[in-house]
Amino acid sequence: MFLSETDLQSIWLTLRLAGVVTLILFVVGTPIAWWLARTRSPLKGPVGAVVALPLVLPPSVLGFYLLVAMGPNGPVGQLTQALGIGVLPFTFWGLVVASVFYSLPFMVQPVQNAFEAIGDRPLEVAATLRASPLDTFFTVALPLAAPGFITAGILTFAHTVGEFGVVLMIGGNIPGVTRVASVQIYDHVEAMEYGDAHRLAAVMLVFSFLVLLALYLWRPNPKNT
Amino acid sequence: MEPINARFDIDWPGFNLTVDLELPGRGVTGLFGHSGSGKTTLLRCIAGLVRAPKGRLVFRGEVWQDETTWVPTHRRSLGYVFQEASLFAHLTVMGNLRYGQKRAPAPVAPEDRVSLDQAIALLGIDHLLTRKPDRLSGGERQRVAIARALAVSPRVLLMDEPLAALDIARKQEILPYLERLHDELAIPVLYVSHAPDEVARLADHLVVMDGGRVLASGPLKETLARLDLPTAFSEDAGVVIEAVVASHDDNYHLSRLDFPGGNVVVAQRREAIGHRLRLRVHARDVSLTLERATGTSIANLLPATVVEIADADTPAHCLVRLDAGGTPLIARITRRSLDQLGVARGKAMWAQIKAVALLGD
Repeated sequence: MFLSETDLQSIWLTLRLAGVVTLILFVVGTPIAWWLARTRSPLKGPVGAVVALPLVLPPSVLGFYLLVAMGPNGPVGQLTQALGIGVLPFTFWGLVVASVFYSLPFMVQPVQNAFEAIGDRPLEVAATLRASPLDTFFTVALPLAAPGFITAGILTFAHTVGEFGVVLMIGGNIPGVTRVASVQIYDHVEAMEYGDAHRLAAVMLVFSFLVLLALYLWRPNPKNT
Repeated sequence: MEPINARFDIDWPGFNLTVDLELPGRGVTGLFGHSGSGKTTLLRCIAGLVRAPKGRLVFRGEVWQDETTWVPTHRRSLGYVFQEASLFAHLTVMGNLRYGQKRAPAPVAPEDRVSLDQAIALLGIDHLLTRKPDRLSGGERQRVAIARALAVSPRVLLMDEPLAALDIARKQEILPYLERLHDELAIPVLYVSHAPDEVARLADHLVVMDGGRVLASGPLKETLARLDLPTAFSEDAGVVIEAVVASHDDNYHLSRLDFPGGNVVVAQRREAIGHRLRLRVHARDVSLTLERATGTSIANLLPATVVEIADADTPAHCLVRLDAGGTPLIARITRRSLDQLGVARGKAMWAQIKAVALLGD
């Protein structure tokens, strides 16, 4: 076998995490992107900056704050305990929550750009054709922004796959629960298993390259209305 | 037909709009003015795309805006054609046409109903239905946009310079369709334009705007013949005459067109006798003589009385408004000729018409 059982387990966990996070971010990130693209509120700047924070913040900083917040004494931790969910750190769903924050800008920014590129006109046209604002959002804005959603989905998925620091802070290193591929490689190296590290690293390298290749080869048709 | 009452007050930095208008509930109303005159903003206020802070809009008895009422655009029974076609790029032509049609409630009056087939036929786009907008020419896109606006069976059609983004050939392609709308639709049309010829060709009622204010609002012919408006100051000053084809002269290939107060002879027309035509007579093509000229190649001579004299666009010229047996005419002559001929109010003269533009060619 090319990859060991635990390697495959870590890859499967990674894909599951990235898939769940991407789906959640489609739902959570789209309204934020829409608001940022359309608002004239003075809050646009601060909210945009907060969304972009994970781009510049060391993952350990973000992970640390999330760990404290979701821990037994943190506000989120108190809430999840009160709801009977328990505490999230060192669980799969803890990783999901942390990754949602960590990958948020990779979803919001391409979608926001796509919404902004649509401009006011198609929305005004829809209004003159009797479409309510919500109707317009689903039947005009979303289809016209589809290329942005595809880019955002690929970037979010790939970025979540590549996570390491936040995972270590929030998830630790529990096989099958929080030990994702990047952590598994780290373990291999720590254990001087360079051969295993090489194989898994090669898989990650090829995967990342293919994702980016798909992104660059795939070009939306030039806009022509 | 109940009218459209529109009163808007906008005071933005660098832009003001103060209008209080009663627009006819039928026919084509041209909103005419230079860019920045507020005509497009007025149209957008009527559509609800711009919300004037102070305003009252009563559309044929229905309040669309006042202190306490605001009907959003998607609940107003209107069709809107933008300067650029603005078709939805993700839908085919048919998808674009259906988009509004399936969302629009059925009109109360059955005669206001415009079926999809009717809109398609009216604009001649049946061969384009399966195409995507990026596979259409500019003129075709604008025709689809007009059909899309009509397919919602609107109670008013608002058009914001629908021809301005097109070249002359494309304009000529679309104008006949616009004339058909005028002839075949019962709903009122508000048509924004800065092109005098378009307005002269299509409108029945004319609103002249400048600097966010209404300078004049009235029936087309009377409003165009007024000398106190900026339209009169441009080279395009002139009048519009509704004429009827009266006879054809097959020998000389000429047609006689009759109108109240006289007639003109033009190169032979294809239209049958009795057909109505719109003529535009530019002031620069009208000259004045004291007596009926003989020995001239100009065939169109009309007796006319001087009504008013006003300044023209250059100090060398002036504009003379004439009454030719009920039909208004404007002549643009030099001040020297004015003095030499002794042109004065009430004086009976002869107008020589050098050229007549038939609107619809």
